[in-house]
Amino acid sequence: MSEPILMKGNEAIAEAAIRAGCRFFFGYPITPQNEIPEYMSKRLPEAGGVFVQAESEVASINMVYGAAGAGARVMTSSSSPGISLMMEGISYIAGAELPCVIVNISRGGPGLGGIQPSQSDYFQATKGGGHGDYKLIVYGPSSVQEACDLMIKAFDVADKYRNPVMILGDGMIGQMMEPVVFRDQPGEAAPDKKPWATTGNEGRKSNLITSIYLDPEVLDAHNWKLYQKYKRIEENEVMYESYRADDAEWLLVAYGTVARICISVMEKMREEGFRVGLIRPITLWPFPKTAFDEVADRAKGFLCVEMSTGQMVEDVRLAVEGRAPVYFYGRTGGAVPLPRNIEKRMHQVIAGRTPVVTECLDKNQGGGGR
Amino acid sequence: MKPVYLRPKSLTGVVTHYCPGCTHGIAHRLVAEIIDELRIQGKAIGVASVGCSVFAYNYFDVDFQQAAHGRAPAVATGIKRVHPDRIVFTYQGDGDMASIGAAEIVHAAARRENITVIFINNAIYGMTGGQMAPTTLEGQVTTTSPMGRDHKSQGYPLRMPELLAAVDGAYYIARCSLHNAAHIGRAKRAIKQAFQNQMEGKGFSMVELLSTCPTNWRMSPVKAMEWVEKHMIPVYPLGEFKSGEGE
Ligand SMILES: Cc1ncc(C[n+]2csc(CCOP(=O)(O)OP(=O)(O)O)c2C)c(N)n1
Ligand code: SF4
Ligand SMILES: [Mg+2]
Repeated sequence: MSEPILMKGNEAIAEAAIRAGCRFFFGYPITPQNEIPEYMSKRLPEAGGVFVQAESEVASINMVYGAAGAGARVMTSSSSPGISLMMEGISYIAGAELPCVIVNISRGGPGLGGIQPSQSDYFQATKGGGHGDYKLIVYGPSSVQEACDLMIKAFDVADKYRNPVMILGDGMIGQMMEPVVFRDQPGEAAPDKKPWATTGNEGRKSNLITSIYLDPEVLDAHNWKLYQKYKRIEENEVMYESYRADDAEWLLVAYGTVARICISVMEKMREEGFRVGLIRPITLWPFPKTAFDEVADRAKGFLCVEMSTGQMVEDVRLAVEGRAPVYFYGRTGGAVPLPRNIEKRMHQVIAGRTPVVTECLDKNQGGGGR
Repeated sequence: MKPVYLRPKSLTGVVTHYCPGCTHGIAHRLVAEIIDELRIQGKAIGVASVGCSVFAYNYFDVDFQQAAHGRAPAVATGIKRVHPDRIVFTYQGDGDMASIGAAEIVHAAARRENITVIFINNAIYGMTGGQMAPTTLEGQVTTTSPMGRDHKSQGYPLRMPELLAAVDGAYYIARCSLHNAAHIGRAKRAIKQAFQNQMEGKGFSMVELLSTCPTNWRMSPVKAMEWVEKHMIPVYPLGEFKSGEGE
């Protein structure tokens, strides 16, 4: 193990990518992820790689398509509006079954929104975003260390399934500094032979990277083949952490940095004698349904906390399948849910107060619950 | 008996889906002949665009990637940066390049991407059924300019070589026509130049080919060839617009 280094999340993510064998980066500036391309522009040439500042996110993602199709370990990063522009390209990449990693250090929307941390891109990341029946594998790291570890994993998983992988970080992950340790063994090495890649047909039949299938029967078969792959991913790649869930009656559900805030709420309430636990999905897709099966029969209620008006809460409801009530508390636009407000909301839940759609929990701190 | 006209090795022999008289077939053959002559079949990687030539990969026997509409130069950039020693070319229509992909082509040239671009200007959106393209001539009737393109509301035809020649990063920019044998010969020389430039690392090369779409022009193939000569060439002058780097 190497020594821990204090690093800003964005730079740590970039360094982790290089250690994972990523040698190609295509991107366009946008706050709050600029440290990723900036770091890459310096480090990649040193590592024998290539950094290109593209003319737009549309171009970036299509450069990623070309490089991935050519067999490279490749990534891009952006933030919400830029990720929206990439959606057509991501759909093509999923359709053509190309491995790549896309980092979204997301910010508040809709529209130009704001530049502060947000989790309002959950639907876009996990439910498609682009057109067609496809899935992104989505990781939601809650610390800089975890972001690095998942970055390395992301490239392996992308190659394993020939599927695009997204790291969905909120602006806090990108901007905060934390100690990180880079593992000595940076994941599996990039497969040096990708027999399907376009490298020139010398000595073999021509290779083709495409997502067009005009024959309905052929496209149907292609989609069901993708579906089978997504099933395999659901079976094998789910990641989550449960905290004090064994005897919990009340469960907080949160991902990313919000989960860390919720852990402090959980610990405080435990000290006060409330049996509170927490489920933290790490893969947002595939969503860790099993984590809920383990607790749903004895749980009295779930409180999902997000920096959005309620997106992951829909997956929580689907996973709980009516076995217990599911409540919500959220802040948006860069406002971060405060521990005292999460606690207040949890007390309302425990007291059986009917959920209110929008309710000011604190005069100076808005925030909606439902 | 000695054969005088064979299928280039770099064509698969699959019967194309192009309409009778369409010049996409001629352009394919020229590109394939040059790939053969330059002996680069094993290292050529094509990028097909969205348009009638979307299935170009069925006809060229080289590695291919199919790109999103307008994004072929970005896809080619990704490939070329990974494999600088391979020969990467895009094959794009006028809707694809001059409209939706205008940013990607300008910036590929500006970055001095060492790629070859074949640009098929048939003054129309062929694949989607004959709508107005940015290259549609003034007065030309299309399904979305039923009264004829009127510059007051629909603007003027866009001349891509003239535009790209103004980009310092572009090395070789030419416009040729496919309307008769003499011009096809000239087009072949320009395309060959555009590939040779890439092999020599000279940077971005683009050849526009004035082409026909007899189906959507609602003309016989012969009339369509005449229409290119009579109506397109005056608006789209032929020749080399740039050969060499910088201003
Ligand atoms: C994003 C997107 N918008 C629109 C289309 C529909 N579309 C397919 S081909 C085409 C026009 C192609 O015209 P051109 O590039 O001139 O090629 P041609 O068919 O004339 O050879 C359009 C608009 C698409 N496939 N993708
Ligand atoms: S529609 Fe036009 S461009 Fe397309 S194949 Fe037919 S003639 Fe050629
Ligand atoms: Mg056209």
